[in-house]
Amino acid sequence: MKGSSPVVELTLPVLPDMELAATKTAEVVAKHMDLSDEKSAEISMALIEACINAFEHSGTNKKIEIHFRIKEDVLEIQVTDRGKGFDESKVDIPKIEEKIVSDRKRGWGLQLIKELMDSVEFESSNEGTTVTMTKKK
Amino acid sequence: MSDFRIDVKEEGDVVIIATDGYLNNVGGEKIAEACYEKIETGKIHFLLNLEKSTVVNSIGVSILIEIIEKLQDHDGKLGYFNLAPIVEKTFSIMGLTKYSTIYASEGEAIAGMS
Repeated sequence: MKGSSPVVELTLPVLPDMELAATKTAEVVAKHMDLSDEKSAEISMALIEACINAFEHSGTNKKIEIHFRIKEDVLEIQVTDRGKGFDESKVDIPKIEEKIVSDRKRGWGLQLIKELMDSVEFESSNEGTTVTMTKKK
Repeated sequence: MSDFRIDVKEEGDVVIIATDGYLNNVGGEKIAEACYEKIETGKIHFLLNLEKSTVVNSIGVSILIEIIEKLQDHDGKLGYFNLAPIVEKTFSIMGLTKYSTIYASEGEAIAGMS
């Protein structure tokens, strides 16, 4: 459609390392948009973390969906799972000083996504979660 | 990409582990296993050559935090060299640089460990 943003769609099964399939697509999209190597790498890293979170939240629905929306000055990526949802406000900001002595060293995904992307939004219900993140050109 | 490999060598008192592949939970566990085996033999200074691990995830990096914690119990040190820029940035965001050191080269790393 004239005027609409091109969208690249990807559906991933929940299988080990399948997040890397998403990064391959992201690299192609980033190249198409002429994004810098640094921004492309940041997008891939954030996408890995978003996919891992989605895999963990996906419950019995063993696939996640990714939409890369190519806009004039920004790349928008949506990662959607059909799991039970989660409350992003209840996720603590991880601190290395606490993690180093904690039994749970994990829990860095959201922090990394927020640091690496220009914006991040979460929509979550008991029918699933969509993470929308953007990177400006 | 789960075909994660390590190569372990020693330079004096320093154990250098060269990795190859995606540093995820599997990769992190392989590194930790190698480190813990060496700690059992009295080694406490470790360097990771991450030249061939340009893709990481936070779960794999979290296992490096476990190694740092273990080394603290032994007054040991962990360092890295040959990091891709995004790996260095990830380590910085996660705060690993407060408890371990990123070096520019193998020579600088070995000197820094001594």
